[in-house]
Amino acid sequence: MTLNFPTAFILILGGLILPFFPGSLRKLCLIFIPAVAFVHLLILPIGIHGELQFLGYTLSSVRVDKLSQIFGYVFLIAAFLNAIYALHSDDVLQQAATFVYAGSAIGAVFAGDLITLFIFWELTAISSVILIWARRTDRAYKSGMRYLITHILSGMLLLIGAIFYSKSQGSIEFTSMSLDQPGVILIFIAFGVKSAFPLLHNWLHDAYPESTEIGTVALSVFSTKLGIYALARGFAGTEILIFIGAVMATFPIFYAVIENDLRRVLTYSLNNQLGFMVVGIGIGTELAINGAVAHAFAHILYKSLLFMSMGAVLFRVGTVNGSDLGGLYKSMPWTACFCIIGAASISAFPLFSGFVAKSMIMSAALYQDHVLVWLVLLFASAGVFHHAGIKIPFFAFFAHDSGFRCKEAPPNMLIAMGIAATMCVGIGCFPDFFYQILPFAVNYKPYTWGHVLSQLQLLVFSALAFAVLMRTGIYPPELKSVNLDTDWIFRKIFRAISKKANDSVFATYTSFCSNLKSQILSLFEKIKHHHHPTGLLARNWPTSSMVMWVAIMLASYLLIYFLQFNA
Amino acid sequence: MLSSQLPALQVVIPLVAAPICVFFRNPRIAWLIALIASSLTFMVSIGLFLQVQQLGVISYEMGNWSPPWGIEYRVDNVNAYILLIVSSIGALVTAYAYPSLKREIDTNRHYLFWTSYLLCLTGLLGVTITGDAFNIFVFLEISSLSTYVLIALGKSRLALYAAFRYLILGTIGATFIVIGIGLLYLMTGTLNLYDLASRLGDMDLAQPQLAALAFLTVGISLKLALFPLHLWLPNAYAFAPSVATSFLAATATKVAVYLLLRFAYDVFGKSQIFSELPLGEVLLVLSIVAMFVASTVAIYQDDVKRMFAYSSVAQIGYITLGASFASQTALTASIVHLFNHAITKGAIFLLLGIVAFQIGQPTFTKIKGLGKKMPWTSFGMVLCGLSLIGVPGTAGFISKWYLILAVLERGWWWLAAMILASSLLAILYIWRFVETAYFVTDAEDNTIELGSKIPFSMATVTVLFVLACLFFGFHTEFSVDSASEAARVLLEYTRQ
Repeated sequence: MTLNFPTAFILILGGLILPFFPGSLRKLCLIFIPAVAFVHLLILPIGIHGELQFLGYTLSSVRVDKLSQIFGYVFLIAAFLNAIYALHSDDVLQQAATFVYAGSAIGAVFAGDLITLFIFWELTAISSVILIWARRTDRAYKSGMRYLITHILSGMLLLIGAIFYSKSQGSIEFTSMSLDQPGVILIFIAFGVKSAFPLLHNWLHDAYPESTEIGTVALSVFSTKLGIYALARGFAGTEILIFIGAVMATFPIFYAVIENDLRRVLTYSLNNQLGFMVVGIGIGTELAINGAVAHAFAHILYKSLLFMSMGAVLFRVGTVNGSDLGGLYKSMPWTACFCIIGAASISAFPLFSGFVAKSMIMSAALYQDHVLVWLVLLFASAGVFHHAGIKIPFFAFFAHDSGFRCKEAPPNMLIAMGIAATMCVGIGCFPDFFYQILPFAVNYKPYTWGHVLSQLQLLVFSALAFAVLMRTGIYPPELKSVNLDTDWIFRKIFRAISKKANDSVFATYTSFCSNLKSQILSLFEKIKHHHHPTGLLARNWPTSSMVMWVAIMLASYLLIYFLQFNA
Repeated sequence: MLSSQLPALQVVIPLVAAPICVFFRNPRIAWLIALIASSLTFMVSIGLFLQVQQLGVISYEMGNWSPPWGIEYRVDNVNAYILLIVSSIGALVTAYAYPSLKREIDTNRHYLFWTSYLLCLTGLLGVTITGDAFNIFVFLEISSLSTYVLIALGKSRLALYAAFRYLILGTIGATFIVIGIGLLYLMTGTLNLYDLASRLGDMDLAQPQLAALAFLTVGISLKLALFPLHLWLPNAYAFAPSVATSFLAATATKVAVYLLLRFAYDVFGKSQIFSELPLGEVLLVLSIVAMFVASTVAIYQDDVKRMFAYSSVAQIGYITLGASFASQTALTASIVHLFNHAITKGAIFLLLGIVAFQIGQPTFTKIKGLGKKMPWTSFGMVLCGLSLIGVPGTAGFISKWYLILAVLERGWWWLAAMILASSLLAILYIWRFVETAYFVTDAEDNTIELGSKIPFSMATVTVLFVLACLFFGFHTEFSVDSASEAARVLLEYTRQ
């Protein structure tokens, strides 16, 4: 019995058998399964395992190195937190789907070749959409559908790209690629969809906030970070990523400021954080890659924490619209406290996890003389603090009192948030241990006077701006409205065009067919009437048209053959 | 001793069993006879397959009349594989059939069904195994005539009409084939396929041969339901009894494809028709149109059986697409898709048979909420649907994979894109099923009244088929290796 099978199988199988356990035993399994998977991951030795032959290619289903290991760890930690967070729920569908989803994301991270990657890639799409549909509303169904189509398409692009790539390179190993190799651009776009590149990002803001309080937490962890992992593995040092990442880090800020649904605000800040990682991957130095990976790790923890706190609010109050909330710190003090820790982490306060990770990327940008990029990232950092660091806790827990008097979040949610919060602070205070598991050796000191001071300045002035704007009433009020994002183009204009085209084609086709039909009808009318007086077979015109097709086919074959023959 | 008679037994067993069913008339006994006969036939085909693997081509002289004067049965890698497909499905569907038939056909007519079923099996196997051109026509007529009866036995009166339409078309097709064979006989003076191939190879192409080829191509295209000669198929499949649909969908068109391969690559092989004549191009265009048009039509169907019947027309497009290329990979794709589509479509119609057993003819309004009422059956449909789309891990993926490889070998990336695009259409019609079965939950949800438990035999055979769809997505040793061997043999015939 060898243990060198993909860790993914433990979670996927666990998820599939979960529904067959009765209530209390199931809760035990929820905690037990990720724990077993974690142990399995710890004992998996570095190297390539689980090779098998498929269609003449060698698949390597498990490739363990530092890069895949760290993503494996954080995905499992997140799966574990998710399981605790979902303990109170009786919705076994979501719990099972979360395990399958987490399992397939981990499977994709350890995939050593493009085919294995593709299989797990599609599996994440299919399992995650269940989490969106689990909200069981019409809106959730529709946006889940759009989400599914986008992700299946991303998988198709990956497959087509992989076919071209393997044909030209003679290998399906998933390794560093360059954009001028055939098919690689398709793979790049596929990764881009998962990592929510600008213009490919709409699914993120569309679907994630529609999921349940549990589902969104899981969703925020795996898909996008799988995209980041894939970019780090395949496209480290690809220059265009710096530009893409810079755009990605900035433009969601504007949307985040005016958005009312606080979970949607979090998806915009999620997108902006991904931008930081993409910039890091684009710079491609050891420090930058370390920074991107570290940021992904830290990000998963504090973003889960923020989504968990908003999920708890949604669970207790029933809404997360900024305009409806306020003053909840009285009812949910613990949740408010954890939310602030998450907010401090995402805003990169010194002593919190965001600081030790993000500053690596910023420094890497400076070392490579990308001053402009550095400035853009600086602006983005200020924006993050603004909308995620202040806006979320402020509107949910403070601001004007909304009058909601609810119970504190259930204990299991508090425990999950507590663990996540502890890890955020732990990483921020003791970064050395954290740096050890990064892909490259780290020779970086986050706590220098320069770093700390500049970050504090940034934060203080950003907070000042918020306070001034609020006081003077210039700050965009929280309104119930819909943000028009670029997906308006896809969803309205494209739809109108395709409908128009469809209608006109259909009209010509039907008129053509009915013409043909009526002619044949009149021709055979007499014979038909004579042979089938009962009328049962009175609609036998298709038979005659079928025969006509036979004649046409024969005539054309003969014609073509003879013409060719004489030529 | 017995092993040398296998080629004859392959046809004789079902042929003799058919009239025996008429003697007994008892539904259960008739079924038992059919079961025994089809199982024996299956074993014979396994024996033949193994013999061909070991010893190469088997030539069997009927009644000891040596060819080319007597009738020769000739088994090579190509038809051994097809025989195996047809007879295995024939046997398994028989094992499945009894409870389903009982619900759909009067018991006093069962013996008629089994007689026609066995005759149809005889015909299909005969067409595949024989090495004699006129014999092909005879067996083709046996299978066609019995097919008309099988379809006409359907519950709805529309079945009669469907059978009648197929009768007209099928007869025209068979006539074209016999005209083609007649022209060839005039030119060469022989009916033995092997002999025909070598004599045609020695003479230049002239107008009579071209006319023969045209008649044969059109006649065979009719039988294999290649667009636009597919119009008989949807109604025939939709209104035939579930058992008959499963059997015919998995076998009848496949045998017609075999005939196309045999004539194009073997009989006319040395005449270089793929380089001299635009046969490949015409097939290619028709296949592409079939893939798109039939899939699109399928999306709009209201009757689930009809929808999958149209999907069959589209899938045949993939098969003929591979056949139009005359390359090793493409032929492998085509032949392996014969197999993969047979099990996938077989499984789908068997599942629909179970649905029909519970709720009657499945239409989209009737299957609302089916996912809750019949979870296993619906899940099976989803799995088979994935195979139809060609999702990795299912049998359908293997065929599409080879097809795309073959297309890329030619550098025709646009065609690869079209194949993938037509798969998207398949996603659409499969999705319609999934959506109706799982996500439509309105007040009518409760209209599904389950009749009774699913009978053991139906469940077992269906599970076997569904598992096969998954199994052959991972283990391709049998399916792909045999197909590529068959493709190699076919291409060898075309060499001078």
